[in-house]
Amino acid sequence: MANVADAAPGQVGARSRPSIRSMLAATEIDLRLFGMLLALALILFIFNVASGGTLFQPTNMVTLSVQASGIAIIATGMVLVIVSRNIDLSVGSLVGIIAMVYALLMTNWLPNILGLGADVPFRWAIALAIGIAIGAGFGALQGFIIAYVGVPSFIVTLGGLLSIRGLVWYLSNGAAVSGLDPDFQLLGGGAQGSLGGTATWIVAAVGCVAIVGLLMYNRGRRRRYGFPLRPLWAEVLLGVVGCVAVLGVAAFANANLWPRGLADRFAAAHNIPVPPGGYQIATGFPYPIMLVIGVTLVMAWLATRRRFGRYVYAYGGNPDAADLAGINTRWTILKTYVLMGVLCAIAAAIAAARLNGSTLDVGQSYELYVIAAAVVGGTSFAGGVGTIPGAVIGAFVMQSLAYGLSFIGVDSPGQNVVAGVVLILAVGFDAWNRRRTS
Amino acid sequence: MTAEAAPMTTAERTPLVEMRNINVAFGGVHAVRDVTIDLYEGEVIGLVGGNGAGKSTLMRVLSGAHPADSGEIRISGETRTISNPRDARELAIETIYQTLALADNVDAPANMFLGRELTTRWGTLDESAMEDATRKVMGRLNPNFTRFTQPVKSLSGGQRQAVAIARAVYFNAKILIMDEPTAALGPMETAQVRNLIRQLKTEGIGIFLISHDIHDVFDLSDRISVMYHGRVVDTVNKGSITPDDVLGMIILGKKPGDVTQEEVAQLELRG
Repeated sequence: MANVADAAPGQVGARSRPSIRSMLAATEIDLRLFGMLLALALILFIFNVASGGTLFQPTNMVTLSVQASGIAIIATGMVLVIVSRNIDLSVGSLVGIIAMVYALLMTNWLPNILGLGADVPFRWAIALAIGIAIGAGFGALQGFIIAYVGVPSFIVTLGGLLSIRGLVWYLSNGAAVSGLDPDFQLLGGGAQGSLGGTATWIVAAVGCVAIVGLLMYNRGRRRRYGFPLRPLWAEVLLGVVGCVAVLGVAAFANANLWPRGLADRFAAAHNIPVPPGGYQIATGFPYPIMLVIGVTLVMAWLATRRRFGRYVYAYGGNPDAADLAGINTRWTILKTYVLMGVLCAIAAAIAAARLNGSTLDVGQSYELYVIAAAVVGGTSFAGGVGTIPGAVIGAFVMQSLAYGLSFIGVDSPGQNVVAGVVLILAVGFDAWNRRRTS
Repeated sequence: MTAEAAPMTTAERTPLVEMRNINVAFGGVHAVRDVTIDLYEGEVIGLVGGNGAGKSTLMRVLSGAHPADSGEIRISGETRTISNPRDARELAIETIYQTLALADNVDAPANMFLGRELTTRWGTLDESAMEDATRKVMGRLNPNFTRFTQPVKSLSGGQRQAVAIARAVYFNAKILIMDEPTAALGPMETAQVRNLIRQLKTEGIGIFLISHDIHDVFDLSDRISVMYHGRVVDTVNKGSITPDDVLGMIILGKKPGDVTQEEVAQLELRG
């Protein structure tokens, strides 16, 4: 890839008839990420054809996205854990215990212990803050044992997987708990748990401004320092493609409407006359998707724009070099696990909100899907390699497969067979591709 | 030139580095025994010895990678504690490791600034400023270097070495430790590194040069310290000794005067 970029300007043939490859190189976009997006589009397209064109209906795509959100959120943290040559098997159990804590907080602990009845505003935020604190606490404990005591992360988090899942049982005496605050349930998405049409357009517009602003800011900086610049057409192309994609996704989300009965009731309650075709309210982006977008941006920022991220990658590339550079590597590792705990708390909120409560097995097997998402998204177990957006795309690839298969009538065991085979194929293809290019 | 000049100046000035009675043991293995060594401004000390003689361990003490069990380190006459790499860096001690301590998966600017990143006023990494600084330093060290935004694993041995040396140069090292700096390099690149060492020397930087290559050592050093089984056999001015004498010291662990005829005969048999 690098060779193409270097050689292209000098070759007359390449200039007169630029290949797609050299043009892609000029935009400096991540080819792996681009390839993954193509693969995701291909998967969705195939299932859409197989299902006779019904998969692409907005309501199905929104459901698919909401189902992928929890895994996608945790996968962004798993990237940093795997990049720094560790693993976290405890995420499923962490999601389980925090989801149970949310349910118990709202049904029992908040009103009976803290005296915060259902009429107290922002109970959802109080519960979320407590959940995040618990997640960070478990993460810090596991991270401490891994980084400072020196027990391998596989062992520590395997122990976490078993023992934390056991604690869930003790919390609720084995019972399922239901009845969350209506506010909290909105975190799970659905018609009301979405931004609505107008706010979705505003978010999309902000996204477009941010894309263009970032491109211009980076170009300005590179020019100020006299570094080589991307060709102008490439900058414009990136800006246009980025904005079109954001606006397109927003339009698609806004094509998803409230269910007919719910919309009519809303109209009746607000004294709006119902038109003949039924009253139409756009759902727009569901809150879980907003959480995915927010978490992805923050995690990508941490990974690429902060010292913390730089140290995680440097440690993964060469632990000795990081130590000799005077980096506090233990503290860095501990922080990756604290982050995982926080992300598990966010994913647990989505899971509990969707269930309107919690059961003993919420989050079961999450660790496997999360690791699969990170790995399909290009994270390498050798350490030092992996991207946050890649893992999010990986989560959507895995969920698209599962959803698409169920859509065409394949049962759950069949979905697992396919998911496992795809995981191996994805990593196998990646290994083959690396050998070929290096 | 240094053969006559060095003894005189060493008597007059305060050494840049004085390591006194340094001991390091790994479990039962005494890797460094009671070693005393010093280094002056603009001086290159060649540190030679067989495998496991304790050269690298001694230098790891100075670079903060492995604290000494006992002994004293003075920098410019003041007693200092060096218990980790950060301490060493604050004293302007930079190290270029035998294993090229680079993170392969990140680019040259990231490696050059590893642990000492430049940040913007918002606390984020200032990639442009780091790339700019790297371009400037590399322009001086290796003008052919162009791969500023690719992971350093795609670089040649010489380019990687240049990144490691650029790190030391950029941060104004006063004391430079080079552990086998030319071991992984081709002839052209070795010549470049040699020129660089001479240049740094004229800038007043004191250099500890660990090398297996006796020619390198004789070419570049002012004084040569020979280590054997954790001890310093002797430190001698380059002009007052021959390469054969140094080889003898490396193999037998004795000063040339102390070597018996029998041992010389054995040496000649081996040679």
